[in-house]
Amino acid sequence: MLYLCTMVPFDVLRVRQDFPILQETVHGKPLIYFDNGASSQKPQQVIDRINHYYAKEHSNVHRGVHHLSAKATEVYEAARKTVADFVGATHEEIVFTKGTTDAINTIAFSFGETLKPGDEILITGMEHHSNIVPWQMLCERKRCNLKVLPVLENGTLDLSEIDRFLTEKTKLFSFVHVSNTLGTVNPAKELISKAHAMGAKVLLDAAQSIQHMPINVQELDCDFLAFSGHKVFAPTGIGVLYGKKDLMESLPPYQGGGDMIEYVTFEKTTYNSMPLKFEAGTPNISGVIALGEALNYLNSLDLQGAFQHEEALGKYLRSHMREIPKVRFIGEAPETCSTLSFLVDDLHPFDLGTLLDQQGVAVRTGHHCTQPLMQQFNIPGTVRASLAFYNTHEEIDRFITALNRSIQLLS
Amino acid sequence: MSKSINELQDEVIEEFALFDDWMEKYEYIIDLGKDLPLIEEAKKTEDRLIHGCQSRVWVEAEVLDDRMCFTADSEAIITKGIISLLIRVLSNQTPENIVKSELYFIGEIGLQEHLSPTRANGLVGMINRLKSEALKQLAK
Repeated sequence: MLYLCTMVPFDVLRVRQDFPILQETVHGKPLIYFDNGASSQKPQQVIDRINHYYAKEHSNVHRGVHHLSAKATEVYEAARKTVADFVGATHEEIVFTKGTTDAINTIAFSFGETLKPGDEILITGMEHHSNIVPWQMLCERKRCNLKVLPVLENGTLDLSEIDRFLTEKTKLFSFVHVSNTLGTVNPAKELISKAHAMGAKVLLDAAQSIQHMPINVQELDCDFLAFSGHKVFAPTGIGVLYGKKDLMESLPPYQGGGDMIEYVTFEKTTYNSMPLKFEAGTPNISGVIALGEALNYLNSLDLQGAFQHEEALGKYLRSHMREIPKVRFIGEAPETCSTLSFLVDDLHPFDLGTLLDQQGVAVRTGHHCTQPLMQQFNIPGTVRASLAFYNTHEEIDRFITALNRSIQLLS
Repeated sequence: MSKSINELQDEVIEEFALFDDWMEKYEYIIDLGKDLPLIEEAKKTEDRLIHGCQSRVWVEAEVLDDRMCFTADSEAIITKGIISLLIRVLSNQTPENIVKSELYFIGEIGLQEHLSPTRANGLVGMINRLKSEALKQLAK
């Protein structure tokens, strides 16, 4: 491809220029955005693309014979191809959703319809609420059982227990690739192959991994994969559900409506094939196109260099945080991404977060939508710094200074 | 004669006007938090808990000589400091005056960003609770 020839080595200062919000100040101080786990910022290219779509290309998709409808459909489907290529899937295997939560709910409803009373769903103790609650609702509906693979004190999964939890009763193993709270990177490939050996299908929650590492669904061999656009430099309200084509074709649709049908009579309706079968109603067209553009942007970068930079940042952050007295990391897995949850002595995360904010630092405080995990660790919440490739070593230095100052004020 | 709600608000505004930067301001709020008249441990019950806060906040309201008297506690010291300011302005006032009070001091001292209904420290929740306790007294 042409862009490969023109690719320049990753340069964080140049890349930062692509993200207008990173030039903002907060409370009169330069913004240090360390809340990428919650949502990432958008490059100008993505913002411009939304504008261009509405100014020049907007119409409904898959409908009209007129020029604009054809144009909108063309760019919409091109984005699907971009997403498919990005994760190693085919375009028919990519369903656009509102986000990760919507993607998981789609499978919980659709795949859930194939379950019988007594069947089991396996999740892990480090799941986000979005990968707990849909399964609880499903288990209630279909009288199935929800099993939870435990998490060890260091924030890794208790793999010694896997054979006890993953049995022939397990119909689906749904787990998080990278923990949004602990930063733990789970051994996805190994877990997927173990689940398959027991005849279970696997849903991989890639909401926190898609922006940090190369993801290839063929290599991972997951049956379903879910992620959100807004965590991968695209807008909110758009997400992706990948599903193996034959499996998805065999499942009942989730929602009924326009676009997902083949032929409707009052007596019976036949459904469209993948992927439109799972895209009822007018989709988030601009979101889809902007997601495609965000991935085009990533493809134009030296992504390997970007990931290496981010890995170095994560290590730098952890090593400097260790120098602060009374800091306790929540999650010390050997394999982590650049997300770090911590507590300082008995200081409340809210207090630290408020004082960091006063110094221009955006971090997340609280339970991070993983309340069962907080209960296990017996803590009210954590402070979480979650990085992206556009962060710098200098920002980490300033963050450490701001944190030390906050601790001093509160002690 | 005890001071009115607005006199107390003006007092707080005056105090905060002395601070040059955010650090001094928050240092003061943290000190207030440390001095907050604490609610008894036994009274930290579910019905005294204010929901929607990132740190748990409990409020207890009592009536002494037709005036409301508040005590509170929170796990977070800044939250304690902020509620301490609210209590200073609203405690020892009649339920009627509390219900109709307009708390302009929050904006004036630069804490308005804490006022967003979705803001995690739940300042709006705290104000609503203090006022609803006063309203309950009025309804009696």
